[in-house]
Formats: sequence, structure tokens, C-alpha cells
Amino acid sequence: MLGYYLDLALRSLARNKVLTALMVLAIGLGIGASMTMITVLHVLTDDPLPERSARLFTPHLDPLPLNYRQRDDSPDPTDNFTWPDAMALLDAHRGVRQAAMAGGTLLVRPTHTRLRPFTADGRYTTADFFKMFGVPFAHGQGWSAADDASRARVVVLSDTLDHKLFGHGHGIGQMVRLGDHDFRVVGVTAHWQPRPMFYADLVAPHYSDGDQFFLPLSAAMDMGLPVNGNQSSWQRGDGANNLTSATLTWLQFWVQLDSPAQARAYRQFLVDYSAQQKSLGRFQRPPTEARLYSLMGWLAHQNLVPDDVRLQLWLALGFLGVCMLNIVALLLAKFLRRSGEISVRRALGARRSDIFLQLGIESCVVGVTGGVLGLMIAQIGLWNVRHRPDDYAHLAQMDVPMLLGTLVLAIVASVLAGLLPAWRACRVPPALQLKTV
Amino acid sequence: MQLRPILSTLRRHKLTATLLTLQVAFTCAIVCNVAFMIVNRVQRISVSTGIAENQLSVIQSRSIDRDDHPLVQHRTDLAALRAIHGVESVVAVSYSMPLNQNESTHGTCPSKQALDLAIKLNSLKGSGCVTPSIYDGTPGLIATLGLRLVAGRDFQQDEYVSARKPAVAVITRALARHLYPGKQALGQSMYDGDSYVRIVGIVDHLLRPRLRSPRVDNYSMIWPQRPDGSSVLYVMRSSPQDRQLVMKAAAAALMKINPNRLLKTHGMQTYTQIRASYFQRDTSMIGLLLASALGLLFVSALGVSGLANFWVQQRTRSIGIRRTLGARRGDILRYFQAENFLIVSAGIVLGVLLAMLLNLLLMKHYELARLPLYYLPLGALMLYALGQLAVLGPARRAAAVAPVVATRSV
Repeated sequence: MLGYYLDLALRSLARNKVLTALMVLAIGLGIGASMTMITVLHVLTDDPLPERSARLFTPHLDPLPLNYRQRDDSPDPTDNFTWPDAMALLDAHRGVRQAAMAGGTLLVRPTHTRLRPFTADGRYTTADFFKMFGVPFAHGQGWSAADDASRARVVVLSDTLDHKLFGHGHGIGQMVRLGDHDFRVVGVTAHWQPRPMFYADLVAPHYSDGDQFFLPLSAAMDMGLPVNGNQSSWQRGDGANNLTSATLTWLQFWVQLDSPAQARAYRQFLVDYSAQQKSLGRFQRPPTEARLYSLMGWLAHQNLVPDDVRLQLWLALGFLGVCMLNIVALLLAKFLRRSGEISVRRALGARRSDIFLQLGIESCVVGVTGGVLGLMIAQIGLWNVRHRPDDYAHLAQMDVPMLLGTLVLAIVASVLAGLLPAWRACRVPPALQLKTV
Repeated sequence: MQLRPILSTLRRHKLTATLLTLQVAFTCAIVCNVAFMIVNRVQRISVSTGIAENQLSVIQSRSIDRDDHPLVQHRTDLAALRAIHGVESVVAVSYSMPLNQNESTHGTCPSKQALDLAIKLNSLKGSGCVTPSIYDGTPGLIATLGLRLVAGRDFQQDEYVSARKPAVAVITRALARHLYPGKQALGQSMYDGDSYVRIVGIVDHLLRPRLRSPRVDNYSMIWPQRPDGSSVLYVMRSSPQDRQLVMKAAAAALMKINPNRLLKTHGMQTYTQIRASYFQRDTSMIGLLLASALGLLFVSALGVSGLANFWVQQRTRSIGIRRTLGARRGDILRYFQAENFLIVSAGIVLGVLLAMLLNLLLMKHYELARLPLYYLPLGALMLYALGQLAVLGPARRAAAVAPVVATRSV
């Protein structure tokens, strides 16, 4: 029976080729536009470390004076840490693992190859960084807490930078010149590029290439290496803008907590720490301002999705909505025009469900064809997005879940669009219509 | 034209007519707002920078020598660049150019009293103080950029400093008006908490490196300050068609003088490219908005004509009867046109309300301005025109139905 209905549907659709083509085109455009934007949003809000994100947290303290006025166009200083606070939390060891970090761009001067000097982005951090984030190593390993303490001049290279500097061998034990200092290579990471780069400062590009090198924060401070990102200070005067100042925030801090109980305990620790700092006269705001964000919570708080992308998504969904209304109206008119035919079938003994099925199949054919067309249009749309200059652009690809999502959306949309007209048409009474035929 | 028969027909197709009305309404609401957004973005990207955009090219040089002498190096570089065939003039600036995103701002007050007020209020708002963008550069900046001096003069040689703050400045007319409303700004001394800076000249326009809102986008100040960092931008002026050649020659000349530097490929741009990359997102957004507005109108037209098409087929018999009873072709044509007019009218009434609602939502979430009311009648007019055009084909086919059809069955 289904095959027969399918045949009927195709015949009926072929009777009005132009209109059918236009209906398919409309639903294809709507679905293509929506899926393009849903994919972009999916890429932008993806979990960067699916296996670990539930156990990673970033604490936030509020060391600002009471009279500090936050301006709309400037970054929130409490997004980052001051040096004394980060060191205090690091030394307290209240998490399973914890690390402080900041970004830095350094000039790399190749000595083993004839490459010209180039700049590379990397991270100054502390020993736990690698184990906490689960950074995979191709060779060697990260440095130890003892290296942090002794401000050792060691470096971990990304596989890309290692390959660029040392070719097919690896650079373990070799010296690399970064800025004006030599560092000994102790590790080479395997490919590791969490996207978005959740642990970076808010102003850093979150979707472009990952860190090329990692070196101890203590050594970076020792040598006065340049730091990237926002540095917000709320005090004037000598020393207020030193990186070690208690009134300048610039560091990021992450902590691993394995259970909800640990997370609760850590939050209490933050409140206690703030209360202690307040009693010392350093903090002025209530200790309950201290916060503990989960990884995904922090990304939501940062709101990495550009307004334009959100707007484009709504526009695409609005467009899909209008296309759906259009298809519903057209199918309804089309089915009702065949009231005579339907009532003959009903009079000959067809049940309502038969009519419903027959017409439902016809609208499904339109919907599925539209969905396939939409998939193609979405690929064109994504190709277009990839040619935008934004840092997330190159990631705009459909993965398998998105591909399936497109098909599901297309089928749901078409079934919804076909449902109302088919239901309305199957209620055509048999006798009444027969009279006019 | 009698509307009653049309209305009673529509009543029999309540669901279909409602759906089409809704479609017209949503289209009207979205298209009005999209058109407004397009106009906004077009206005944004056509802002004037105040500089001779199509004659400038910029090359970024970063020294990787540890113990170099930037001021000496810049002087040597500038002399070499000036000698390049086609270069009319050249200056070195630290990093700021209009719309290149690299900005340094400096809190500035019209007087010491204003600063005291700002400290008392703990806010710049209401004190008269602002944070304009600062442009620095070697002598000849104003002429090279092609800025128009409307009062005062350019800097004199002995006014140039490096590393420290200068004693004089040239500001834009917009900044002058803000700092000294209703007063002569030329000759006034601005205060920043440490020292006074006297205004010696006023330029017409000079856009900031990064835009905020049209009101403050021209708050810029030029300092007679030579760049002294290891990274520097050389801004060259030449005729528009020479720009590519000039940049190539400049890169070669700089590397010849001192190869210990980085010339990044993305640091070599004509000003036209700098401007285009600043507005890239807006241009792609304009494209998208335009495409979606056209797509929506297309789909609506499709809905109107598709539906009319079905109705004409369905009513062939009754059209034939009407024709037999004396209705002329024009009557039939006008019947379908009036029917379309009714549906579109209902859609527009609803659509205007939806457009305003949608605008309120957009204002809340996306900093869009209030939709000017004249967009609504314009949108309505467009939808009427579109509806009438879309229904014309089916209506003419209906008018062509011969009276004899009435005598046939089905």
C-alpha cells in the first residue's frame, strides 16, 4: 500500500512541476539557512574537553574596592586573578590539581634551521597544567613543581612548533631560543587543541591555533617576559602596575575537583579566603562575591557567541518559519482542491487513516526532498562561513550529529507541515462532496 | 466592486486564508526590521575616516635586535622610504591608524576643575572629561594622512618629543566641541591629572582606531610624539595605482637597510584593505540580510501565487457561471486582485504590530535602534505590490476562462 501511495504522491506532485519545485526550494532554503547557523552555533558552544569538563572549575575572587565603577566598554577586572591571590590559591592546594596561567607571545629564533625568526603564542603556567587538562605528550613530559619553585628555564613545545624547529627528530634536551633567553625542551605535546580555548583570557582568540609552547610561569616572571591579555588595575601610583601588584588582575586560574562535595568545599574555601583577606583589609566586598564556575558555566558566562551569529540564527529560523507557513498553506490548498477525489475514495470505503497516510506521504516526499536540498544549501552556506575572517570560521564544518540533525529537522519540519493539511483533508465527508462531482 | 461575495468565499477557506495572512504578516515584520538593519549597517560602513584613504599604504616593521636604537633606525628607514619612486611622503607611527583596532586612549579633561568633578563623581559622565584616542607620529603626519586643518596650525619641529608626553596637541572638531562647548577651543589647555596640553590646531575629522558610537567616534587627539618602540608602522602616501609597487619596493628597501626585523605579510596593507577588514563582518552581514529579505519576499510571492493558482483551478466552474451570467473578464480579474488585497491587508495590519514587537525584542537584545515609523508604510506598499504582481498570473488565467465551461461538469 505504501508503494502505491508513494506512486500516487509522485504523480500528484508531477502534475504541477513548477509549484512542486518551488515548494521544495522554499523548504530547502529554510532548512539550509537554519542548519548553517545551527552548525556555527554548535561549533562555538561545543565542549572543548568532553571527558574532563565536568571536573574542571575556575574560581573567581572580587578584590575590587567598593567604589570601583565598572564601565560598559571595559573588561571586568574580576574575570582574572592578581598575582598574590593566584599564588595563595596555588599554595593552598585545596583542589585535586590547580594551575595559574597567562598567555604570552614570544619571538622564536631558530638555530637548527635556516628559518627566519617568527613569533609564536604560548602559555606561562604551573606544573599541574598538563595533568589537569590531560595534555597528551608525544615525547618527554611536563615539568615538576620543583621546576616551578626553582624557576627552571624549561619548555614544552607543541608538535607543530617542534616539527618546525627540529624537523622529523624531536627536540627533547635541545635548547630553544625564545625572546632573548634559552630554554631546554623537556616535552613535546601530541596534537592538543581544545576549542574554544577556554583557559585563555577573554580577549584572546578562542578558536584559532592553540598554544605553541608552555613554560613555567615563575621563570617567565623572573625574566620579565611579555604577557598577553587584559591587565586591569584599579590603583594609581608606584608599583601599582607591576605584575606582582595586589591591585592588578591578569592571571587565569583553573582547578580540578572530582566530586560535587569537593566543589562545595572549594567554594567554601574561596569564601573563607575572601573573608580572611577582608579582615586583613585587602578586600572590601562581601566574601560571598567569590564564585566557582564550572567549565561550561564559565564559557556561558564569557558569552563567546558573537551577537551577529545569534542574530543570523534567529533570522534563519524566522525564515524557516515563514517557509513552513507557506508550505502548509500550499499543501492545504492543494489537498482541498482534491476534495472530490478524496470523497470518492471515502465513499468507496477508504478510512480516514488511509487518506491521511496517502496525503501524509505526499507531504513527506516534499519535505524529504527539501531536506536533502537543504543539506546541500547548508554545505554552501558553511563554505561561505569558512571564508569569513573570524577566528571560528575555519571550524564551521558539519559533523555526523549535525548531519543527522539536519535530516531530522527536515523530516520533522515536513511532517509538521504536512500534518495539518492531511488532517484537514481526511475530514472531507464522503457524501456531501459526491453530490457536487 | 462588491466585497461581500469575496468575504463569504474566504470564510469557506478560513484555514488557508489565515495561513497566508500569517505568512504575509511574518514577512512584513521580518522584512521591515531587516531593511532597517541593512540601512544601519550601510551607514556604519560608509563612515568617513577623514584621511586620504585611497592614497595610503601601511607597512609594519618589528625590530628583533636587542640593542637597537629605534629613533635612529626609524630616521634611516624613513629616508630610504622617501627615496622610493612614487612615494609622495611617509611618516612613522607607533601602531594606531583609523579603523586598525590598535588603540591607545588617554583620559583628558577640559580643566583641572573638571577632573576634580570627575573624581568626586567617580565617573567621567557629566564631568566634561573624556577618553579620546591618541595618534602619534613623526613630523608630516597631518599632511601625509591628508587631514583637513580647520583652525590653528600643524606642529613645529621643536614641539616633537619621544617617550614623554608633549606640551601641545591637535584635536578633532568633535572633541573640541565636547571639551569646550560654545567656546574657542584653540589655545585652551587640556588637563589629564599630571600635566597640561595646549591645543594648537583643530582638524575636521579623524576617526578612532575602534568604533564605539557615532557620537564619540571622532574623539581623537594627535600628539607630536615620535614612535620609540621596536614595532612601528610606516605610512606611505602615493597615487592610488602605485600603492602595490610602493609597498613591494618599501619591503625590499627596509630589509636591505637592516634584515634584523620582521615584516609580517598581514602587516603590509593598503589603507583600503585595512578599512575593508575592519568592516568585513558588516559587509558579510549586509549580504546575508539582503539575501534573507529577498528570500522571504520570494517565498511570500510563491505562497500568494501558488494559492491563487489552486483557487483558480478549484473555481473554474463558478468562474464560468459568473461569465455566463454576464461578468466581464475585468470583473473576474478584479475579483482575484481584490481577494489578494484583502488577505495582504489583513497580513499587513498584523505584520505592522509584529514588526514593532520584533523591533522591541531586537532593541532589548541586540542594541538596535527604534524602527523609524516610515519603514512600516514602505514595507506595506512593497507587500501590496508584491501580492498584486504575484496574483496577476493566476488572475489572468481565471479571466481567460470561457463562459462555456459552466455547461461542462467538473
